Amino acid sequence: MAIRSKTFRESYYEDIKLFKTIWIKSWIGLFLMVLAVLPLIGDPYIIYLINISCIATIAALGLNILTGFTGQISLGHAAFFAIGAYCTAIISSRFQVPFWICLPASGVLAACAGLFVGIPCLRLKGLYLAMATMSFGVVVEYVVITWDSVTKGVRGISVPTLNLLGYPLDSNNKLYYFLIVLTALAIIAATNLMRTRVGRAFIAIRDRDIAAEVMGVSLTQYKVMAFAISSFYAGIAGGLYAYVMEYIHPEHFTFLLSVQYLAMIIVGGLGSILGSIFGAVFITIIPEFIKGLAQFLTLLFPAIEDKYDDGWNIAAFGLLIMLFLIFEPKGLSGIWTRIKTCFKNWPYTY
Amino acid sequence: MNTGFTFFVQLVISGIALGCLYALIAVGFVLILKATDILNFAQGEVIMLSAFICYFLVTTFHLPFLVAVLLTGIIAGLMGIVTERLVLRPMLGEPVFAVVMVTIGLSIFLRSMAGILFGHNNLVFPSPIPTEAVRMGGIVLSQTEIWIILSTLVVITIFFIFFKYSRMGLAMRGTADDQDVALLMGISVKQVFALIWAVSFITAAVSGVFLANIMVINLGLTFVAISAFPAIILGGLESIPGAIIGGLAIGIIENLAGGYLDQVIGGGVKDVTPFVVLFLVLMIRPYGLFGKKEIERV
Repeated sequence: MAIRSKTFRESYYEDIKLFKTIWIKSWIGLFLMVLAVLPLIGDPYIIYLINISCIATIAALGLNILTGFTGQISLGHAAFFAIGAYCTAIISSRFQVPFWICLPASGVLAACAGLFVGIPCLRLKGLYLAMATMSFGVVVEYVVITWDSVTKGVRGISVPTLNLLGYPLDSNNKLYYFLIVLTALAIIAATNLMRTRVGRAFIAIRDRDIAAEVMGVSLTQYKVMAFAISSFYAGIAGGLYAYVMEYIHPEHFTFLLSVQYLAMIIVGGLGSILGSIFGAVFITIIPEFIKGLAQFLTLLFPAIEDKYDDGWNIAAFGLLIMLFLIFEPKGLSGIWTRIKTCFKNWPYTY
Repeated sequence: MNTGFTFFVQLVISGIALGCLYALIAVGFVLILKATDILNFAQGEVIMLSAFICYFLVTTFHLPFLVAVLLTGIIAGLMGIVTERLVLRPMLGEPVFAVVMVTIGLSIFLRSMAGILFGHNNLVFPSPIPTEAVRMGGIVLSQTEIWIILSTLVVITIFFIFFKYSRMGLAMRGTADDQDVALLMGISVKQVFALIWAVSFITAAVSGVFLANIMVINLGLTFVAISAFPAIILGGLESIPGAIIGGLAIGIIENLAGGYLDQVIGGGVKDVTPFVVLFLVLMIRPYGLFGKKEIERV
């Protein structure tokens, strides 16, 4: 076999295939196998981090569909996430509703909230949209804190254990497989969505909304759809978050969380499914690196002992957002593609 | 005068004082927006940092109040020039989303750095303004409020004269109108941008110093700037008179809602009202009272 210089595609179907080459399929299979055996050998803390990354991935996918693919800025993603989390927490703790109702209900409720925000936001774009979604986030945060009789305000809600067909998932290792499967489903759904007419319409709206409308893409329909799908993802992620954390509090869902999700898709790569995954995992584990670095620096300079707190992580998020936007606007997935092309075209890389 | 009416007038007048602060903050936003098309989400952090800087100049270095204010203004202006050069200059010509996100990144970076450097404690500014209230026929006003109203008037008059009559002001207006034409007319657009950022940061510093006088100094000061968003939206994003009127309106509405609705719904109405107004304005008249309706072409 000659050296493969390019993948030549002969039909449109090949262009939009889910797995473009046999290699991609086998690598993904290998990756899934590693994930499957990880709980048997991995440290429980690592498993916990993966769980949190899974949730972040689902939420980041949702935001990327809205912001990365459709080009609508949302600074209120945390609000939809909070709606999902509170929906699950309230109906599962008060009425002992099983998870297979709770999670879809969270998603649907968040999607309804998305419709509620999306429809009036149709006339807005750019800065105005950013402010509208941000003020929605502020209002939801206020409602969560003040509507004491339902959300228990600042006391927070404890969430019962997730019960999978009579089998309680009471530890992170047990939740792990559940989350991996759901995340995989979310990723496949998002990838598939982007291969269809809907996905292409989203991208057309992002690239030039008026031109898209002239071509026959209904802006109203697709923008509202993007809002609903995005908040559905956020709602599901919120519901899962409630189950994993076992306790939720209004402080978990501030404006900073919205910024954190934006950081994920910017660092990962706007308008890229792979980028959402990279970004979500990267932003979730970066505090661990900073913590490690702080411990290491403490050994060198004992004077800075105990100076580490959450502020450093947030500063790092801010710095990462700025650095990536200025120096690498395509994000981690752009770097990944570049490395891949580099190897593919070797030795004729340019 | 009956008590109901006095209560109303009281709320309106302290609303005007609050509105003046919003107007000042809003002008800081609009200056940058008009000239460079960037909404600087980090404006609140500049306000907070200036309050901290002024506090430390007065307490640690024992400078007189006015000297400290002057120094704070100079530091803020330098910060503006540095920010423009390091963060925003590389983003010229990038899409709106990227630019907005850069300023958001800058904002949370500055806020957490302030937390690391200055701590999370509440500091109380040794205000030089006497605390005795002034009474006028049943209406009580603190002297700080009077100072705020007066200084806002002064600052705005200075701006008016600067933009109307000075050469640099004319260059700035030209750049805001059309960057390419300004460039062709021999205006250094880069220089104008740097100066606009400096002027806007100085405005933020002035509002920061006043906020320090009426509130405790802590990281929460940044949220005051976010409450000024509704003011700029109400006034129309690109209009300085709009920002001033919007600021006053939001201040009065916020105070009235706080005064009348707080007992009915429960605390916190005051903080959330500006955002409800913002949402309503965006729904009904997105370009605000004085903004231009944008016409788009493919």
